[in-house]
Amino acid sequence: MSASSATAHAHVDAGHHELGFVRTYIFSTDHKMIARQFLFMGLFMMVLGGLLALIVRWELAWPETAVPGLGSILKETGGILEPSTYNMAFTMHATIMIFFVIMPILAGAFGNFCIPLMIGARDMAFPFLNMLSFWTTFGAGLIMLSGFFVEGGHAAAGWTSYAPLSAVPSYTGVNWGQNLWCISLFTMGVGSMMGSINYITTIINMRAPGMRLFRMPLVIWSLFITAILLLLALPVLTSGVAMLLFDRTLGTSWFRPSGGGEPLLWQHLFWYFGHPEVYILILPAMGIASEILPVFCRKPIFGYHAMAFSMIGIAFLSWIVYGHHMFVSGMNPALGMAFTVTTMIIAVPSAIKTFNWLGTMWGARMQFTVPMLNALAFVSMFVIGGLSGIFMASTPVDIYIQDTYFIVAHIHYVVFGGSIFGAFAAIYYWFPKMFGRMTNVALGQLHFWPTFVFFNLTFFPMHIIGVGGQMRRIYNPMQYEFLQHQQHWNVFITYSALLLGVSQIPFVINFFWSLFAGKPAPLNPWNANTLEWTAPSPPPHLNWGPTLPTVYRGPYEYSSPESRDDFLPQTAPPVGAPAGARRH
Amino acid sequence: MLDWWLPENVSTYGRDIDWLFHLIYYITGITAILVFGTMLAFLVMYRDRPGRKARYTHGNTTLEIVWTVVPALILVILTLLSVPAWSRIKMTMPDTDFVVQVTAKQFNWQVIYPGADGKFGTDDDKTLLDEMHVPVNKVVRVILKSQDVIHSFFVPQFRIKQDAVPGHEIRVWFDATKPGKYEWPCAELCGFGHSGMRGWIYVHTAEEYQKWAAENLKTAAAPGATVEAKAEEPKAEPHKEEKAKK
Repeated sequence: MSASSATAHAHVDAGHHELGFVRTYIFSTDHKMIARQFLFMGLFMMVLGGLLALIVRWELAWPETAVPGLGSILKETGGILEPSTYNMAFTMHATIMIFFVIMPILAGAFGNFCIPLMIGARDMAFPFLNMLSFWTTFGAGLIMLSGFFVEGGHAAAGWTSYAPLSAVPSYTGVNWGQNLWCISLFTMGVGSMMGSINYITTIINMRAPGMRLFRMPLVIWSLFITAILLLLALPVLTSGVAMLLFDRTLGTSWFRPSGGGEPLLWQHLFWYFGHPEVYILILPAMGIASEILPVFCRKPIFGYHAMAFSMIGIAFLSWIVYGHHMFVSGMNPALGMAFTVTTMIIAVPSAIKTFNWLGTMWGARMQFTVPMLNALAFVSMFVIGGLSGIFMASTPVDIYIQDTYFIVAHIHYVVFGGSIFGAFAAIYYWFPKMFGRMTNVALGQLHFWPTFVFFNLTFFPMHIIGVGGQMRRIYNPMQYEFLQHQQHWNVFITYSALLLGVSQIPFVINFFWSLFAGKPAPLNPWNANTLEWTAPSPPPHLNWGPTLPTVYRGPYEYSSPESRDDFLPQTAPPVGAPAGARRH
Repeated sequence: MLDWWLPENVSTYGRDIDWLFHLIYYITGITAILVFGTMLAFLVMYRDRPGRKARYTHGNTTLEIVWTVVPALILVILTLLSVPAWSRIKMTMPDTDFVVQVTAKQFNWQVIYPGADGKFGTDDDKTLLDEMHVPVNKVVRVILKSQDVIHSFFVPQFRIKQDAVPGHEIRVWFDATKPGKYEWPCAELCGFGHSGMRGWIYVHTAEEYQKWAAENLKTAAAPGATVEAKAEEPKAEPHKEEKAKK
């Protein structure tokens, strides 16, 4: 649907029928409803993924003791995890968090919500495809959940599912669980492809008058680049899991050496997808932080162009760094050397972004709202996650810390400290626009501070036990003499993780309370410049009335001398100049 | 300061790894302190107060060039320092006459000594389960295989890690500098028995190793029987011997 036909459609709709319940709330083609659906799906799955993490932590702190609350599920053992159940728990924790929490919330919910509203479009380019994308992803989620109920349990070969462990059922004892894992990710890949095509088309074709590429908000840049990565990376995983499924069920031998297959091929396919995936998870969060910082610093983003180009640089480089996951995999060591170089290079654009965020804070007038606190947490936690990555980029050091808790600490600083704080920031920031109500500030603070503290108390000590040598994915650290002296850290981490879990309760209360009883949100509660704040809260079907907004300037004109207010919306016509005649 | 986190290093190239580890630790540590210090200062100095006006600026080209070039230079230097160590550890194979074969399986390390003829796959091969005995200050070459899934040869104190991949024969080496008994876990998820899959590597002085080899390697009995016997018994006994020595 082109922009003009959407406009025509708006006129038709304005005087006509209301859509029925099913078309409004379930099979909706409205990007904002689809965004909410993705958000609810992601938050629901986050509860599940979080509980699985706590089960894993319980086992590591107090190995082979009954996990409270699991007695009724694991009847034979009275709630004690068996090694195979433990393997299943951490496999599914990562799978769910990555594919069914962070991707649906950041790319799914905020991609859908922000793109049309912030570029001034009435909906996505392909609204029906958009709906199909959500329901395909939802179906993938159901398939993934069904794996918990099949005989033999769910997939237990790690979220990376290295072949041949994952390729031959007898190696793990898992049969349909792993098959369903493959089918689910295949389905999810198809859904994600529909979404990414939609995002790219919408951003290229449907920008409002005056919205040049370099007037786009950085969150739109980040989602644009994420969509390109999704389009190019996910099909590799989709093909990979299909091949894995064929190995398991049809007797092919892509990855099974017994039939002439090559186990390392799986790793190449997986990480060729897997490394861009890390950026798929973090880029939208970078965009969100770049969006929220200027608003609450009340000053323009520092180095807009550098911010956009560094994201493009990260996206490009993310294709040629994937081998750093395979330094000790048996891949040719000469190749490892090449991947060291590219991996070191990719740290540069990340450094540029960090310094530009700091530059944005320099000379600011900072308002510590709840979205701002989460965005600041994102920046600082991303710094730690980025710096710890340098240890792994150095191949000799990686020999030692590969497959230890140091890696676990690193990935959690990036995807929890980064992506999840980014997601929280986005939820608090856009909630008023999304649901038309303000969230509660006290509850928001009560959520943020404990989350920030216990996040660090949970994940920072993992660096320590990782340097001490504790391997990932072990069931019981006490089986190893060289790890016994640091077991107190595992206990400490588990207490912190439990408190981190408890810290999410204010968020749940705040979310649902605000949904129904929050203060009605004004049009532009944060005095922000971007287009979504010119639409009603929440925006109606097709977002704006009869005329689309016209854009006159970049998105970050805060405290501009041109304006008496400390903000200057993108849509405000320049003073004393005919529309479109001014630059900037 | 971090030394009490890292387990003691007892291998030749472990020193290079630890040196790089510490270098990166100090570089990233200082960077983190500078970044967080600046950030905290900004949070305090530039908080919203009555009368405060934000500075209207879109960037600063000089600053941006500086903070692109400086990290890039540091990273180039780190790369240049990493490459020689990597090439020494993984890309070159020092000459040695001490070769053992390790075939990993769910959930054991099978250690095969070539016997008197120095060749693998002959009748006088000697297989031990979950234990390897090597002399100190001697380059040990390991031919690493797996018969089922991927495992990973990890000896924390040697700073060595290498995946064993079915269908591949991967050569690794180490040179232990201190006699003792070192834990040898599997570092790659290999199934429900992954946790607890570990062996012990005994590093002996030259004389002790000769003695051990004379008693245990040269008296090749019926191959099947020795494997079974070795599987159970050495686990308990040599431990105690070694501990007593320490």
